[in-house]
Order: sequence, then C-alpha cells, then structure tokens
Amino acid sequence: MSLSQINFVRQEMLPQQPAPLSARGAVNWIRANLIATPKDAVMTFVALILLAWLVPPALDWLFIKAAWFGTDRSVCATVAQGGIQPDGWSGACWAFVGSKFEQFLFGRYPLEERWRPILVGILFVLLLIPMLMPKLPHKGINAILLFGILPVVSFILLPGGMLGLPFVETALWGGLMVTLILSFVGIAVSLPFGIVLALGRRSKMPVIRMLCTMFIEIVRGIPLITVLFMASVMLPLFLPQGMTFDRFLRALIGVSLFASAYMAEVVRGGLQAIPKGQYEGADSLGLSFWQKMNLIVLPQALKLVIPGIVNTFIGLFKDTSLVSIIGMFDLLGIVRLNFSDANWASAVTPMTGLVFAGFVFWIFCFGMSRYSGFMERMLDKGHKR
Amino acid sequence: MIALALLIYWIVDNTVENLRRANIASGFGFLNGRAGFDPGQKLIQFTSDSTYGRALLVGFTNTMLVAVTGIFTATILGFIVGIGRMSNNWLISRLSLAYVELFRNIPPLLVIFFWYSGVLAVLPQARDAISLPFTMYLSNRGLAFPSPVFGDWAFLTFVAFIIAIVASVVLARWSSKRQMATGQTFPVLRSIAALVIGLPLLVFLATGAPLSFDYPVAGKFNLTGGSVVGPEFMSLFLALSFYTAAFIAEIVRAGIRGVSKGQTEAAHALGIRPSLTTRLVVVPQAMRIIIPPLTSQYLNLTKNSSLAIAVGYADLVALGGTILNQTGQSIEIVTIWIIVYLSLSLLTSVFMNWFNAKMALVER
Repeated sequence: MSLSQINFVRQEMLPQQPAPLSARGAVNWIRANLIATPKDAVMTFVALILLAWLVPPALDWLFIKAAWFGTDRSVCATVAQGGIQPDGWSGACWAFVGSKFEQFLFGRYPLEERWRPILVGILFVLLLIPMLMPKLPHKGINAILLFGILPVVSFILLPGGMLGLPFVETALWGGLMVTLILSFVGIAVSLPFGIVLALGRRSKMPVIRMLCTMFIEIVRGIPLITVLFMASVMLPLFLPQGMTFDRFLRALIGVSLFASAYMAEVVRGGLQAIPKGQYEGADSLGLSFWQKMNLIVLPQALKLVIPGIVNTFIGLFKDTSLVSIIGMFDLLGIVRLNFSDANWASAVTPMTGLVFAGFVFWIFCFGMSRYSGFMERMLDKGHKR
Repeated sequence: MIALALLIYWIVDNTVENLRRANIASGFGFLNGRAGFDPGQKLIQFTSDSTYGRALLVGFTNTMLVAVTGIFTATILGFIVGIGRMSNNWLISRLSLAYVELFRNIPPLLVIFFWYSGVLAVLPQARDAISLPFTMYLSNRGLAFPSPVFGDWAFLTFVAFIIAIVASVVLARWSSKRQMATGQTFPVLRSIAALVIGLPLLVFLATGAPLSFDYPVAGKFNLTGGSVVGPEFMSLFLALSFYTAAFIAEIVRAGIRGVSKGQTEAAHALGIRPSLTTRLVVVPQAMRIIIPPLTSQYLNLTKNSSLAIAVGYADLVALGGTILNQTGQSIEIVTIWIIVYLSLSLLTSVFMNWFNAKMALVER
C-alpha cells in the first residue's frame, strides 16, 4: 500500500474562489468609494446635488435646445427678439459656429487663396506627427524639415508676393491660423533663445551675466500685455523714420521674447540639476565649451526639464490669446469680432462662440500636457532603479 | 560687446530723433496734466479735473483691489479643490480633477470674456434685476448690495477688534510658553474665537449698534442707493479666482503628497490624535512645500489682472493705456508699468527668500 492511499492528500490546487459578494462588484465599489463613512456619504450627496444642478442644464443648453442649423440670427433668437424660438428659450447657437467656421480658421484670408494656409497646415501635421512618435527613425531630417524648411515654405506661401502668388497682408490673417503661427514661432524661437539666455545667466563674464539676468527678471516680472504694448508702441520709436515693422511681426517678437525669458528659467533649473562632475568630466576630456554643452550637459538638462518646457509651451499657447487686445484677430479675437455681426447677434451668440473657442484651446493644451506626461514616462525608464 | 553698445546707441539715437519729430517732451512732467476722463470704478477721490498721476494711482489701487480679493477667493477655492483631489471619495476626487483640467487648459482671457459677455452681459436689465438674499440685486449693471453706513461711535468697535487681536496674540504666546514649562494645555482656539468675536460685539451693542445699511432700491430704470460692483470687476474677479484656483489646487495636492507617509504613521504611533496629526505634523511640513509656488501663483494672478483692459476695468494697465493714447508718453508709461510690477515681484521674492530661510529644513 502506498502512502497516498492511506491518507487523503490533495494532489492538485483547488480552483480559485471568487471573492465574497461583499468585497466585489458594484455594491462594494459604491460602499468603498462613495459611502465609506457618514462624512463620505454627505459629501457624495452634496456632489450629486451639484452635478444634478450643473450637468443636465448644461447638456440641455449645449445639445438638446441648441439651434444646429440656420442661415441667420432668427434661429438663435426668441420671438420677442425677432427670431423663431419660443419666448424664454436659451440654447447654444451652433448654426453661428457652423456658418463662421472657415472664418474662425483663417480669419479674413481671401477665399481663393485659402489653399495656401491649408497646404501649410497639412505639411505641418505631416511633419509633426512622425516627430512626435518616438519609434519612427530619421528624427534629424524630420526636425530640419519641420523647424528649418517648413518656416521658409510658410514664409513664401502665407504672405505671398513672390513666385507669382498674390500678396496677402497680415492684417487679413486671423483665426486659429494666427494662434497656431504665433505659438509655433514662439515655441521655435523661445527654446534656443531661452537656452542661450540661461547659459548667459550662468556665464562667468559679468556683463553678459548681468544683461541676461536683467532681461529675464524684467520680462518675467511684468505682464505679457505690457510687453505686447511695448512691442506695438515702443518698437516703432526705436527704429529710424520710415522703417516700420508689420504689426503681426511685432506681436511675434513680443510673444517670443516673453516666452524666452520663462524658458530661460526652466532651462536654468535643468542646468543647475546636472552634477558638477559632468561639467568637470567634459572639461577633463578637453571638450570646448560648446562641445561640452551640446554633447554632455544640455541633453541631460533638457531631458530633466521636459515637463517645465511643455508647461511653458502651454502657457505660451494660452497667452497668444492676448494679441486680440492689441487689435489682432487670433481665434479668440475673431470669435469676439463676430459677436457684433448684425446677421448673427443674439443673446446666446457670445456664449456659444466662447464655448467653441474654449473647447479648441482646451483640446490643444490638454493634448500637449498629455503628450508631455507620455514623454516623461518614456524617458524616465533609463533612470528607474 | 562693441556691437551691443553700437546697437544701444543706434536705438537711443533713433528714439530721440523720433520723439523730437513727434514733438513729445520726454520726462514725467505730464503726470501733473489734467486727465479729463472718468475711470469708472475708483477707490480714492477722483474727478475729471484730477491729474494723470492721480489717475495712475486710481489704476494701481484698482489693480490691488482685484488682486487681493482674487487671491483671497482663489486660495480658498484652490485649497478646497486640492484637498478634494486627495479625497477617498471617488466622486469628489473626479469632480476636482475635472475642475482642474478644465480651467488649467483654457486661456484666462477667455474665462474673463465668458463671464463678461457670456454670463453677466445677458443678465436682465436693472429694472427687473434678479433679487438675491440680503436685498442684493443682480443685473447687467453689476451686483448691487447694501452699503454699510457707520454711526458716530462705530470706530470704537474697530478699536475693540484690534485690541482683541492683540490680546489673542499675547494669549497664544503665554499659553505656548506655559505648555512648554508645565505641560498644561489651554483651550487657545476657543478663547481666541470668543475674544475676537465677543469683545467687538459687546462694544458694538454697548455703543448702541451704530450701524445702518443703505439698501439698493429697484427704481424704474436703475437701482438707486447701496453700492454697486460693476460687471467689469466681477468678471475679472471671478475669472482670475477660478483660473488661479486650478493651479493652487495642484500645488496643494503636491504639497500634501510631499509629506511622507512615515510622518503620519509616526505621529499615530506616538498616540497623537488624527486631527492633531494633521494640524501639527502634516500641515506645517506641507506648507513648506506649498508656500513658495503659492506666492508665485499670487504674483501670476496680480500680473494677469492686467487683462482688465480687455473688459474695460480701470486697472493700472488700462488707465496707463488711455493716458498713453492721450499724451503719447509711451516710454514713461511703460517705465511706470515696469517699475510697479517689477517692485511687486521683487517684494514677493524678498518675502520668499525670508520664508525659505525661516522654514528651511534644519538637518543635523
């Protein structure tokens, strides 16, 4: 008789049992996450009331009561205001956004020339997407195309006036196009400029250090709107008579300088976080200053401050909306300009336009912040212990 | 170096030439000129005969008004949302997250316009204003509320209030000294509350309640009496508070997260009650992390208040812009802007340095 026949010994594992009913399923989830303590229950109740008070009216206003189609203000105005909606009606006027959509994208750019910004936009997206995907090769060529060739192409295509293209003055530009150009140029200029300023602030030459520090602190200390005022009012004073800048270019300069100062501080944070040994190691290898920076310090420093850099980009993107104050029609500016369009003016038009503009801004900023989180996680892997 | 010097020389030369051509006398003499416009909301006496300098002062006080009220509200809202983000309650933490992600990713200018032209401008006219509790009225002219009118002896109440605060400070010092020496505790918070509320109230009643209110009355076309906060101020104030609160919430969350769990556990192991643990162990350490970025958010709010110009609220930048258009003294006005905002930010950084030095972790 073998041993196994004397005593019962289990030969195989029991199948796993599901957790008891009280510890799984929706009921348990609600108990653990919503009504764990009496205080929790009260808070959940308050939150539910808040949601009930906010969400249904918002959905109702945005979608159910909204006027989706129409050709003029009558669909968005009540009978008393000269429209077709019943008295007391209030809902989003998406017909307004629909009919003005192209204007929101391109401003008053001439209709027959709109293929130019569209072409630039397509090129931009085609170059940007492979740039953002870390797995794809040829980043160097891609970067040169995106930051070197594309600006030149855009500079020829968008204003025109050469190669047989009719000239489109920048006063006619507007909408999302202007917002994107301002932010792209701001981003492309502020990063190298910020790096130079940050290096200058840490330089051993006192005059350069003082100048860079002064520039950074002054620009960071004052609101963007004063910088824009400076660019639009004082820049002409600094130039000889007859030499003028385009207003668009002035705003570009203002926005770029402003972003550079913030970028410089972010980059400086990264430079300070690099241990001294890295600098000394590079020096002992006999590298020149720029070799040391380009090959050793900056790659490490910039990687450290990616979140800060992206936050600056997001800030810059949001700040471009300020150019509407100095009389340019970016996305927010053109939306506001259309509030006074007699064909569409109604009580709900401003709210609808602003909700639309807010949504567009939100998508871009949220996308940027999500992408930065993704990059951070990806680059972080090398350092995890 | 030489190129830079030449560039500066070239700029200065051009500027002088341009100013001469435009017939603008440089210098700050224009500040004594007659302004001749009405800035709307003002905290200090101002007539259209007042000087440009006084107009700038009005602008500065208005900037400070919206900054201080905005900072106050944004801090409260930001702390509520930030603590809500840490909540175990799923609904609360999701709601807070939605709030933060919504307002962080929208330009503040857009939020201002949202309140100004989206909400406040479409409110009913003054004659059928919405009435709120405490006889307040909300209309497209702004929020009208009862303004207090102080009687003869009202100042005694304020004096009592100040005395109560001084007494509270002394009491707190004394009680902490006694606790150090003897270990006996004293109900400090309750006594301070009694002192600060009770003493002024007693004096107020003893002097015969010298306070009455001037109530707004809905007239045929407008509200008369009371005080009115214009829609410009309200939209700016609401937008700045809501926008900055989203950033403050994230700072608060990071601060509380930054206090390691071992601290709480150690405090519990020592037998300190949870509420005391929060007050004496977690909050002081979290504050060390929170305060520096918090002050820079306050500074951001102050700088963002310059967006007032978009809705016509008479702050420093808006009034400066008006004066700039009237007199053409662009360099002087921009210099004043820079000096004011720069000194605000320098003051803040002085405070931050002092605070950091005081709170820095003393490692032995």
